[in-house]
Formats: sequence, structure tokens, C-alpha cells
Amino acid sequence: MTTDGRPDPDRLLARVQEEEARATRGKLKIFFGATAGVGKTYAMLGTARQQAEAGTDVLIGVVETHGRKETDALVTGLERLPLRAIPHRDKVLQEFDLDAALARRPALILMDELAHSNVAGSRHPKRWQDIHELLEAGINVYSTVNVQHLETLNDVVNGIAGIRVRETVPDRVFDEADEVILVDLPPDELLQRLREGKVYLPDQAERAVRHFFRKGNLIALRELALRRTADRVDGEMLAYRRQTSVATVWQTRDALLVGIGSGAGSERLVRTGARLAGRLEAPWHAIHVHSPRSGAEPEVQRQRTVRALELSASLGAETATLSADDAVAALVDYARTHNLSRVLVGRDHPRPWQPWYRSMADRIGQAAPDLDVVQVARSEARRATVAPSATRQADGSWRDYLKATAICAAATILTTPLADLIELTNIAMLLLLAVMMVAVTLGRGPAVASAFLTVAAFDFFFVTPRFSFAVSDAQYLITFAVMLIVALLTGQLTARYKLQAEVATRREALARDLYEMARSLSAALLPVQIAEACNRFLSLEFAAQASLILSDANDHLQAPIGNPADNASVPSVVDEGVARWAFDHGEPAGLSTDTLPGSPLLYLPLKAPMRTRGVLAIAPNDPLRVQGPEARRQLETLASLIAIAVERMHYVEVAQKSLLQMESEGLRNSLLSAISHDLRTPLSVLVSLAESIGLTQPPPSDAQARIAETLKEEALRMSGKVNKLLDMARLQAGKVQLNRQWQPLEEVVGSALQASEGPLTGHSVQAALPEDLPLVEIDSVLIERVFCNLLENAGKYTPAGSCVSIGAAAREGEIEVWVEDDGPGLPKGREEAIFDKFERGAGANVTPGVGLGLAICRAIIEAHGGKIGAKNRPTGGARFIFSLPRGMPPTLCEELGTA
Amino acid sequence: MSSSTPGILVIEDEANIRRFIRLALENDGFRVCEAGSLQRGLIEAGTRRPDLVVLDLGLPDGDGIDFIRDLRNWSQVPVIVLSARNAEPDKVAALDAGADDYLSKPFGAAELLARVRALLRRHGRTEEGLAVAQFGRIRVDLARRTTERDGSPIHLTPIEYRLLTYLITNPDCVLTHRQLLKNVWGPAHVEDSHYVRVYMGYLRKKIEDDPARPKHILTEAGVGYRFVGS
Repeated sequence: MTTDGRPDPDRLLARVQEEEARATRGKLKIFFGATAGVGKTYAMLGTARQQAEAGTDVLIGVVETHGRKETDALVTGLERLPLRAIPHRDKVLQEFDLDAALARRPALILMDELAHSNVAGSRHPKRWQDIHELLEAGINVYSTVNVQHLETLNDVVNGIAGIRVRETVPDRVFDEADEVILVDLPPDELLQRLREGKVYLPDQAERAVRHFFRKGNLIALRELALRRTADRVDGEMLAYRRQTSVATVWQTRDALLVGIGSGAGSERLVRTGARLAGRLEAPWHAIHVHSPRSGAEPEVQRQRTVRALELSASLGAETATLSADDAVAALVDYARTHNLSRVLVGRDHPRPWQPWYRSMADRIGQAAPDLDVVQVARSEARRATVAPSATRQADGSWRDYLKATAICAAATILTTPLADLIELTNIAMLLLLAVMMVAVTLGRGPAVASAFLTVAAFDFFFVTPRFSFAVSDAQYLITFAVMLIVALLTGQLTARYKLQAEVATRREALARDLYEMARSLSAALLPVQIAEACNRFLSLEFAAQASLILSDANDHLQAPIGNPADNASVPSVVDEGVARWAFDHGEPAGLSTDTLPGSPLLYLPLKAPMRTRGVLAIAPNDPLRVQGPEARRQLETLASLIAIAVERMHYVEVAQKSLLQMESEGLRNSLLSAISHDLRTPLSVLVSLAESIGLTQPPPSDAQARIAETLKEEALRMSGKVNKLLDMARLQAGKVQLNRQWQPLEEVVGSALQASEGPLTGHSVQAALPEDLPLVEIDSVLIERVFCNLLENAGKYTPAGSCVSIGAAAREGEIEVWVEDDGPGLPKGREEAIFDKFERGAGANVTPGVGLGLAICRAIIEAHGGKIGAKNRPTGGARFIFSLPRGMPPTLCEELGTA
Repeated sequence: MSSSTPGILVIEDEANIRRFIRLALENDGFRVCEAGSLQRGLIEAGTRRPDLVVLDLGLPDGDGIDFIRDLRNWSQVPVIVLSARNAEPDKVAALDAGADDYLSKPFGAAELLARVRALLRRHGRTEEGLAVAQFGRIRVDLARRTTERDGSPIHLTPIEYRLLTYLITNPDCVLTHRQLLKNVWGPAHVEDSHYVRVYMGYLRKKIEDDPARPKHILTEAGVGYRFVGS
């Protein structure tokens, strides 16, 4: 807790991450107004013009001027992006061209009408999604929007003005905009402009729109717009306070829980919840409790619930679908486990015929007195649509009723002969048995029907007077009532348990399939095996096929891998563009998503812990099966399981590769040492034998001694060459193991000069290193070899009497060392090539050597993390320069140990 | 072996090189005995009591370093190891184990003889102790703890002086960084090899005529230092 007023580190981290994300993102500026006609587009164009004059690269994406002169004047002179023609049925429609805009990459793009819905066939269904992608690409965007287009205010505006707006924008788009500019105009002035015809109105709806532009409406809308802007500014203020930690903000976590029922008002309920949560700045959850008691949900209802849940998710809620018998208990339980203190439910319809019925809110209140319960009003107009069919459907088809009738008839026929033999009460019992059988096997509806049928049959065939519906004794009415109640109760119970069993079976099947898939995934070693496991699961659970599109190391998507079991056409219909989008953005695309929903396939990115590994393209037989948060969650679980399997496969491959590398490196090293032993030993022997000649008794003749001497020299030369070859081989055989130690460069130069005395005979050598040269971390043996090779070259390629000098200087981050001479210099244009293997200097055919010296130097210096180069000195002669990283030399306590 | 002519034991598996070493040494008046393997070498060293051992590190039947450790348990006889170029870590290990000097193959007779003579000379006189050391233009009076160049005093810090005296008392043989650190700085500092290098630099500036091309304190790259008196 931040009781001391220090900023919360988690929040600071979140801020840093947010700022990082923002730094690369484009900025969104929204011109916000109460209604059409306040001058948003005009204001936007004005600001854009200023930007353009200041030198910003401004592009008009879409701007509707509606032929107005003042606005037109502002547009002229600004570059305009041509619209894209999209064929739609038999017409050709014009739409904003997202790809062209992304390719053009302006600094700022103008996108009028944030809430616009794109023409079918565009990449995204909504313009704000296009804008999102533009922002992601780092392009700044100006846009305009009216208050009634904000998702959560939709109902409110509807209530005020009586107009339902279809084109809405999620509030988070508005809230996440970097700047919002309120374009305000008092209602009287707006009405004046309207009268002057300065406000564009679509012809067909003019009457309705005129109705909309009443002063009362305009005032209300203006208030809404002002208040919404004020809310936003307030939010910014809070954010600022959090950022600068002006004061510790008292935190209440008034988290909300919205219980979505199956009724029609749930979308309104969701919007209210979102608004409330936004005002409280609290997280919120939306859940739907599916109760098996209510029977299998009819499709209409299920769709509605799914829509409500999707809306909640888009408004920022956590969503879940629970399956529980008691909705109240499930809601309360969920609220408790997620620490949600406030529950929102829709108001139930009054049920005058059920005076004992208590509303949902009452029941929650009773079950959990500690929770706040808020009832949200239902929209009256929608009442009629509350599906009357909803509960009916659950109660069986006409076939079941036919069967019920048959069973009742059979029971009646079978008991008729017994009518005279046994008591009437027992006959009633037998018939009751039939009703129970129907209830158990066929469910509630047929059970009730059969209750009525058997009661009628009992009355008609058995109760005196027989073969008449008249009842002589009133006590049989009790029998009728009991039969009816038994039928109802049994039917209800049976229906419930059947459903529960079904649900349990389905869940079990899902869990089993998931488990099966996880098991086969864990055993998979090839992409094909993964595709197979995934297809098996999808065809079982979602009646869908899928293909796997994996990415390679360079993030290129490879050819789709379909189900190997059948030659289904999934890979062939995979749209690479959509797959690419899903992969690049790490978000689902295609069917039932926000991006290219027209695609027949659903594309899920395979996000593994290290990176996105590819895309899963799912082709469902029935698109409805993959819709809804529940199904989406399952599919995303599937995608992440696959992603992990793919990643595991990748690392298995990496491990195998590195094992192979290690083995081959080991082999190379042992081969090298074997070769070096085998080559060096005979040369050493040769040298010693040559010298032995001179030592034999009696002493050899002069001629013999000379031959022996030459033999020895040649063997030594040969040995030097073999050493160089072996050095080169060792340096190239893989990672060079450096024995790096901090040391003064001077010492290495000293030992190199000592070792190079032979090749430098006849040359004068100067070594002048600065006194204050810092220590360098080097492998002294190898760096000495670099100096030796450079000095040897200097000795070889310069005439006797030349001067060779060694120098060094400390530079920023590195130490520069050079060896230069005043000889003939390097051949022009060969300064780089001389460092290649087997490259030799000018006139090399007369100078002995194989041209490995400089290649060895380069390999050694590069292994040290430095660079080596050569050039000719302006005053003549060659200059070889190499750099060594400075690093952090250890400190030296002066006179350590003297105290 | 008799004390008149020094006896040298050569342990080397390559017969031709062994013969060359024998020829070179016998030519110079030494007595030589040979061994082709470490086992044989240990027996010879124990029975013949040589004045110096020349040991090849790359013997097929065992590790030369183990041989040196073994030998050092009962003898202080000087050891010169022979090894391939590129095998600096092996040389350092052998020197740290107790070898006195090394030669990289291929080597010439002159080099070998110089090393052998220097080691025998040093071994013969260490017992007497040294009061005054003179090399080049430098004179170090070990009794009075003073250092002079051409008669004028040179100021050395205590560590520089300790380093110099350690070098002077161990001339003509290779001293590894580890040995120097242990003997000059103390056993706690055997890993701080940059100290040796830096102080060696200071010392060279004070006693060498041309510190970049030293005549007395020579660097054996990757191995250590060698002090050459004359």
C-alpha cells in the first residue's frame, strides 16, 4: 500500500509501458459535437490546414463537405486520397482505401465520421477500426463524432430524441483518444443555421430530422456532450494526479457485476452497467447464468445472450457464462469470489398471476445482504418481444405428444378389462403410472398433456356414470388434481435432470476431447501431427476443420497445413492476407471478429510465450458454432495449446541443432589437435636431425654443414607455415576460446618485438605508446601473434632500412593501435582484400608466404570484438590500424600489501 | 652421477629428438641418460640422480605434470619441459607444478644448451646467497636494500623492490604470474595477474634503458617472465 504517498511501482510500470506503446502509436484527435451542424468538420479542416501550413504532411482520408462552400474552401489545396470502389451487389460503392493510406504513410490523416460503418467487403466493418490500424501504424488521425454515436449514450439519446442510432462507437475509442476537442454551438444559433440551410440534412429523412432538431432536444444533447467532455477531462485530471502523485487518491474498488438474463432488455442493461462502471472508474464483469431448469435455450434467446455478452466484452467487461441451477446463488457466488460489491440486474416483468413470485433483485438481496443490488429499468417498448416461444420449445415436439397420447390410450385400453375387477382408486394408480412414464421419458409438456388425457379417460371410461364426462362424486376431483400435479412435478424434475445430464455429458466430452488433444499435442513432433490433433478436436467439438499456418524464423508465413486425414479444401481457401494480418497484429481476424468478418474462416494467432508462432485458420460448418465469448474462449485455449506445442517443437529442433553443433565442434577440435600433432612432430624431428648432422663426430665438411643448415632453416620455415595454417584452422573452427586478461599493451608489444627480431633485421623499429594508455583485456598470446604477423609483413614488404613504428591511442570506447611503415604502401583498392585468406601483397610472387598472416590478424581482432583495417599513409607507406574495446579496467590499489 | 661432469636425464618418446638432444648435450661435455616413457624416466631419475631433467610434456604413457609433482616430493633437481607451441596453459601448469623452464618445439641446440647451462649455474650457487647483484648499468645491494643506476640511486617502492629482488634471486628461469603473485604479494592475490603486469611495467621503466624493448625483464607471452642478468 502506498500509505506514504509514494507512487505505486506497479502503476508506474504500467505508465511506462503505456508511454512506450504511445510513443510509437499515432495520436488521435477527436472533434466532438452535440449534433450534426455544429461545425466539427469545419473545425477539423481548419486545424489540419494550420498543420499543413506548418509543414506537416496532411492527407484527407475521407471528408464529407456536403457541397458547402466554406468547407469546400478549406479542402482545396490539401491532398486527397482517392476512394476505393467496392462492387456491392449490382452497384459500385465508394469507400475509404485503408491499404492505400497505410502505403502512403502521411503524418496526419483526416477521417471524418468516426462512427461510419464501412461498406461490406472492407477489411473492417467500422471506420473506427480502420483508424485503430492507422494509429497502430504510427499515423496521426483527426476524426469527428457526435454524442449520440457513443455506445453507452445510445439509449439515453434514444430516450431524449426518440431516434435510435445504428452507427455506434465503443466508448473506449473516445476515451483512449489523445485529445478531444468539443465543438460547441448554442441551440439558437444552430437552429438559425438550419433555417439558413447551412446544415446538411439527408433528403429522405428530412421530416424525421426536423423533428430531431427541436430546441429541447438540442439543449439536452448539448448538455450530454458537455458532460461527456467534462467526464473525460475529469479522467485526464485523475490520470495526471496519479502520474504526478499530487495526492494519494482514495481507491474504492466498486467493482460491478452485471447479471445478463435471457430477456430482450439485456443490451440496455449492459450499456447502463458500462456507463456506471465508467463513472465509478471500476472494473466490471458481465455474466450470464444458464440454468438447466429453464430448458435448452431457444436459438433466438441464445443469440441475444451472446450478443449481450459480446457487447459487454467490447465495452470492457470481463465476461463469463455459468451453468448453474440456481441463478441467484451463482451470481452471489461469482460476486463474492471476484470481489464485486455491486450487482446490476434487469427489473423483472410484473407477474400478477404469481403473487408469491419474488424478483431477482429481491432474491439476491435476501441471499447476500452485503451486496448492493441495482435494478435497471426495462424498455417498455420491447416487452412484447420477450419471447413467448422461449419456454414452449423446450417442452417437446409434436411427435412426443403423439407418443404421449398413444401411451395414454394404451394404458386406458389395458386397464379397461380390469374396471370391474379392481377398485377405482387402483385404476387411477395404474393410469398415474402411465402419466409418470410419459413424464420420465418425454418431458414436461407431453406429461401435462397426458395428465389431462388420462384424467379425461379416467372420467369417461371408469368413473360412474361411465362413458360420460359427468362426475357424480366430487371426490374424484381430488384424484384429477393429484394426477395433474404429479404429472407436472415429474415432468419438471425429469426435464431438469435430463438437461443437467446433457450439460454434464457435453462438458465431460469437451474436457475429454481437450485432454485427448493435449495428449496428442504433447507427443507431436511434426506440424502435420499437430494439425491432425487440432482437426480431430475441432471436428468433434465445433464441427469445424482447420489448417495450421506456421511462421519461419524470419516471420514469413509458410504454406497452410491442413488435416492430413482428409483432403479437405481448408488450406486452399485460406486467405493469406487475413492470416498475415492476424499474425502481425496478434489478434483474431476473419469470421465473427472485428476484422474482415466477411471471411468464411476464423483466423486465430498462435501466441506462444516467446513469440507468435503462426496462425490457426478455422473453417466451421456452421458459423454460429464459433460465435460468442464462450466458444471464442475455448478456441483461444485451443490456439494457445497449439502455440505451446509448436514452440516446444521449435525448441526440440534448436536443441537437436545445438547438440549436432557441439558434436561437430568436438570432432573438429580433436581432428585439429591430431593433425597438428602429426604435422609438427615430424617437422621437429627434421629440425633436430638437420642440426644433429653438425654435431656428429667427426665433424662434417663445410659443404655438408651448409646443407644441414639449409635443411634446418627450410624445416623451420615449413614449421612456421604449418603453425599459421593450424592457427587459421583453429580460429575458424568455431568459437575462439580467448584467455583474456587485463594487461598493459606495452608488454605485448615488447614481447612481439623480441620475437620478431629475425624478420625485422635491417629495419629500424620505433615503439611509442602513450604513458597513460589504459589496461586492455586481451589474450596476450593471440595479440602478440597479431603484432608479429604485422611486423613480419612490414619486414617482408618494405626494403631494408625502412622504418617501422608502433603506436596506440585511447579513443572513445576503444583503443586504437597501429603499425606503420614507410615502404611502398598497399596496392590501390586492395586495402580490404588483403585481409582475405591466401591474398598476397604486390610483388608477392617473389616474396615467400601463403597470405594467411592478415587473415589470422583479422580473425583474432574480431574475436576480441575489435576491427582491423589498412590504408596508405599520406606520406607514403602502409598503415595497419586495429581497435580493441576499452571495457572497464580493474582498479589497482597502489602499493597493495605494503601497510 | 659423479659431481665432476653434470648428468642430464632426457625423457622423450621420439627417438630421433632424443638422439639429437643427446648429441647436443654430449658435444658440450654433459653426461646423458635417456628414457622413452614416464615410467622409465621415474626409475632413471631415482637411480641415477641426474643434475637436470629434460622432460617432454606430450608423453604417451602419462601426464608430465604428475611426473614433476612426483619428482618434487624428493628432489629439487632443475627441470626443463619441452612442449608444442600453442600449449601455453600446459607450460604454465608445468611451471607452477615445479618445472624451472620450458622450450617450444622445434628448438635448436644453442637454445637448449643456453637454458641447460643457465639452470645448472643457478642451481650451483643459490645456496651461497647473494649480497650484491649487478646487471647492465644497475646495481642492487641486497644487504643495504638500495638500487643504483651508474652510481645514482633509483627510488623503488617496497613492492617494486620485492619484485626486483625476487627476479634477481631467480634468474634465467621462467617465473609464472602465479609464482610472482604468491611470492611478492602473498598467497591471497594469486588471481590478480594484472598487478604483476602493471608493476612489471613500472619496474621496466625504472631499470631498463628502453622499456619497450627490455633486455633484462623479458616477457614470455601467456606464461610469465624471465629475468636475464647478463
